[in-house]
Amino acid sequence: MATEYAFPDSAAKNADAAAQEFQTEKMSLAMGPSHPSTHGVLRLQLELDGEVVTQCDPILGYLHRGDEKIAENMTYNQFVPYTDRLDYLAPLANNVAYAIAVEKLANLQVPARCEAIRVICCELARISAHLLGLGAYGIDVGAWSVFLYSFEEREKLYKLFEELTGARFTTSYTRIGGVARDVPEGWNERVGKFCDQFLPILEEILSLLTRNKIFTGRTQGVGIISKADAISYGLTGPNLRGSGVAFDLRKDRPYSGYEKYEFDVPVGTTGDCYDRYLCRGEEMRQSVRIVRQVLANFPAGSYYNEDAKKIFAPRKDKVLTSMEELINNFMITTEGPQMPAGEVYFEAENPKGALGFFIVSKGGGVPYRMKIRSPSFCNLSILPKVCVGSLVSDTVSILGSLDFVMGECDR
Amino acid sequence: MTAPADVTAALQSKFPLATLRPSGDHPALNLPIAEVFAALKYLRDEFAYDFLVDVTAIDNGVDASPRFTAVWHVYSTTGHGYVRLAADCLKDEKPVAPSVVSLWATANWHEREAFDLMGIVFENHPDLRRILMWDGYPYHPLRKDFPLAGIQTPLPDIEVGELTGASVKPAPMMGGPFVASSGEMNMTDAEPSAKDESWNERSEKPATA
Repeated sequence: MATEYAFPDSAAKNADAAAQEFQTEKMSLAMGPSHPSTHGVLRLQLELDGEVVTQCDPILGYLHRGDEKIAENMTYNQFVPYTDRLDYLAPLANNVAYAIAVEKLANLQVPARCEAIRVICCELARISAHLLGLGAYGIDVGAWSVFLYSFEEREKLYKLFEELTGARFTTSYTRIGGVARDVPEGWNERVGKFCDQFLPILEEILSLLTRNKIFTGRTQGVGIISKADAISYGLTGPNLRGSGVAFDLRKDRPYSGYEKYEFDVPVGTTGDCYDRYLCRGEEMRQSVRIVRQVLANFPAGSYYNEDAKKIFAPRKDKVLTSMEELINNFMITTEGPQMPAGEVYFEAENPKGALGFFIVSKGGGVPYRMKIRSPSFCNLSILPKVCVGSLVSDTVSILGSLDFVMGECDR
Repeated sequence: MTAPADVTAALQSKFPLATLRPSGDHPALNLPIAEVFAALKYLRDEFAYDFLVDVTAIDNGVDASPRFTAVWHVYSTTGHGYVRLAADCLKDEKPVAPSVVSLWATANWHEREAFDLMGIVFENHPDLRRILMWDGYPYHPLRKDFPLAGIQTPLPDIEVGELTGASVKPAPMMGGPFVASSGEMNMTDAEPSAKDESWNERSEKPATA
């Protein structure tokens, strides 16, 4: 059959004919709730024109865990394990954010050693969460080995967590007024050793992506979030900083003695997926820097506030020998630590962004109202804005670059 | 940088009806609900409180009046301070609050969440739908009169329900084949294996399940 040639003078006519022939019709596509790139039970109701997304409606509510309702029905200490399950990739950091919020309510100071332990916990949790974020992002855009390398590092971190907290995944490590137990013998050295070996491996992992043609092709210039949009949509964490806003609660409103440590806040320039990836990579280097500083000046002393008798459960040996302490322990375990009436809001810089706890207390051992402001929930709200106009394949890149956890979006 | 004390003073001079709200940490103000939108706009434009952190609500109790208090947290990314504004919703049964989506886009989801879980209706919200519970769910779970154990509701599937009017019956939670019943007997007897209510190819499904 003879080929039809498009001569210059008839090109316009042919293009018209092609447009007539390929008249597109809008279609709707439900992406998820069990799509590999939605990382949990997120469903995107997309409207497509060809391959271009013209509308995006994220649908979240599938988990129904009722964290806030549960919090209003149990004592402050009992809620610590539930905070593990918010962003289950960084339970240690969630524990710390919650504990500090309640300590603000109780007007309680914790000793320097406890703060140092908490900072190490938060930073190791950040490394662990970002490693998973990078690894999963790699898979989303087609790079498998990053995931394998980063999981090997996470395994080392989990060993450290296990030694410290007794659990690998759901740590429940902090208590109100302290941490559950002191660091084990030689743990600090092992953390130091981890940092030493981790940095070269991190460079290796990042080098698999940073100049990878496929990776840059799928992330650079994709999912651009402007500075104004990032603030208006309440983005926090690397997603906000990727857009060039240097907002980091560790610097701006230091807690747990973060003001003592030197570190930089990486910010992006264009606000595309690639910038957000670069921010996470750099944050891991900075976390190592912070951990090293904490280890170099590790304070001696108690790991919990010993004066807070009405709040922190007494030590086991004291419970077994002294009547006073036994009564105290009984009251704390049955009725919970007694808090004054009042309202506090505290948010901490978690791997995903600012995790906030708004606690309304009317006195007694149970919070009257506990509102959790979760970063993943706010970060996802920009999806309808940023996905529209991009290709379907780009939504995968965008979702991965936002690095969300559905456990946190739920309430 | 504007010091927190200035902010409360300035707000109080601009909005004379504002009163100080007892707070454990950040400056907090009570406002009449009609003035909240103007106050938040004022904070954003004059004092660079450019970041809306959270919108939420407090249920003051079933018998309390006003029953619902809406709460806004704003943060300044340049001044590094929080301000909390609270306002009592006028109606107790169908509480109404102003929407601030036109000021911050993030309010969209926060307000949908407060509407879903507390039942606060945000006026002028562009798209006030439930966000966590399914459309058509009859309750607002974070209200104080909603029990922790939940309320048994038949689950009408929206699409199916529209066509057929049918509702999906919930799986049996008590006495079901894989659920231990509590409170009646000791837990060993209550184990599903002890009751032997499981069914398979050989033994028939119990009629009562």
